[in-house]
Amino acid sequence: MKNIFKLFLSSIAALMIMFSNAQSDSIRIGTEGAYPPWNSKDASGNLIGFEVELAKELCAIMKHDCTIVEQDWDGMIPGLIMRKFDAIMAGMSITDERLKTINFSRGYADEVASLGVMKGSSLEGMDTPESINLSKGNSKVLKTLTAALAGKTVGVQTATIHQNFLESGDVGKINIRTYKTQDEVNLDLVAGRIDVALAAAVAFTDYAEKSGKPVVLVGPTFAGGAFGNGVGVGIRKDDTKLLKDFNRAIKTASKKGIISKLAIKHFGFDASM
Amino acid sequence: MELMIESFPRLLNATLLTVELTLLSLFFGIFVGVFFAILRTSKSKILYYLSYYYSYVFRGTPLLVQIFIIYFGLGQVEWIRESFLWLVLKEPYSCAILAFTLNTGAYSSEIFRSAFETINKGVLEAAKGLGLNKINTFFKIKLPIAIKQSLPAYGNEMVLMLKGTSLASTVTLLDLTGVAKHIISTTFKPIEVFIVAGSIYLLMTFIIHNVIKILEKKYNY
Repeated sequence: MKNIFKLFLSSIAALMIMFSNAQSDSIRIGTEGAYPPWNSKDASGNLIGFEVELAKELCAIMKHDCTIVEQDWDGMIPGLIMRKFDAIMAGMSITDERLKTINFSRGYADEVASLGVMKGSSLEGMDTPESINLSKGNSKVLKTLTAALAGKTVGVQTATIHQNFLESGDVGKINIRTYKTQDEVNLDLVAGRIDVALAAAVAFTDYAEKSGKPVVLVGPTFAGGAFGNGVGVGIRKDDTKLLKDFNRAIKTASKKGIISKLAIKHFGFDASM
Repeated sequence: MELMIESFPRLLNATLLTVELTLLSLFFGIFVGVFFAILRTSKSKILYYLSYYYSYVFRGTPLLVQIFIIYFGLGQVEWIRESFLWLVLKEPYSCAILAFTLNTGAYSSEIFRSAFETINKGVLEAAKGLGLNKINTFFKIKLPIAIKQSLPAYGNEMVLMLKGTSLASTVTLLDLTGVAKHIISTTFKPIEVFIVAGSIYLLMTFIIHNVIKILEKKYNY
């Protein structure tokens, strides 16, 4: 009995040493790894994408060691607050709602949202301008959208600006289904369980290109308002030094054209800001 | 604390769906379970192995994998989408019920099988001696004994199923866990919300536990 007790104690001690080693001085950057082309994983499970490469560049500028940590999207902000990592680079738009809980660096890339449907959908050919900014008055476009989306089932990833917009009532009361990842949204769009989905425009075009499925964009692209002001690095409110470091690094990277180059490589156009 | 009070009514509302999923799955699961338990006592090798492998596969794989295969997996197959099966498989609600029913059915079949096996041969011979036919023996003798024998284990299975329904949130259903996650997605405060949701699950477990206790007393002879 005594021996078993000793074994128990020593295994606890061993576990504690293991966990304490896992904590190091390097900056841990959380990303989802499931939102291509922003961030995703290759066939062998390595994190890849625009933000993974940008994170490495920014860390090089800051002369910091960095480790990139994978985190499910719906636990991203709680994970940051609970210090599982120190910064978020996961296609996360800077919104007023999130700013209540965490800080954001200056934006490093613009994200425009769009509706995606399967080719042949009744929503194709919707009569709207190419893009709208929700910070300005757009009541006419929103009315067109409300009429078009009435009775439709809309899929969206949970805890996103896209979900917030759909639930805001700007496009009326619609049937919303929320998914854990954008991959699942795409799967159900193809399966026909949802009529239309809302996400970053590049999330649809990237999926259409890679899967060969006829997913197309309809309606206007959205920016401003609930869609926030670009994508930035999420940082804890009390971590002001890290915020300064990231701001400076982003400024430098932007000046040197590093962000533009990476954006063109991953998005096909210059999404830097 | 404020958030806990604020989220309580919404979570309670979502509990309705959790209860609905649990009760419906258990209800259908009993029939599936009894059916496959009877097959297991069959003398036909085919029927025996059909039941054996059904329970082997569904008890040997995680419920999450099962619900994903049924919902996302089958949804990818074009001929299924064009067949009448799509009527059931299109909706997340019916997919969840199907997955839960097949899962609890597998566990129940094992519980009922072992309960049937505990029936003393002497009892059956006595029934034969009294001139009861096969159907009467089954409903008047075998089934009541099997129910009594399987109650404690089945109560356990009910609790497991209740907790298993939390996976409905992975296929877009807004059950108790689904709504809890939804609230967290805008408040970023998982601990408070999950404490409330967890307490509601605990309360439901408590109710199941006591119902089984009462039934055990009733069937105790």
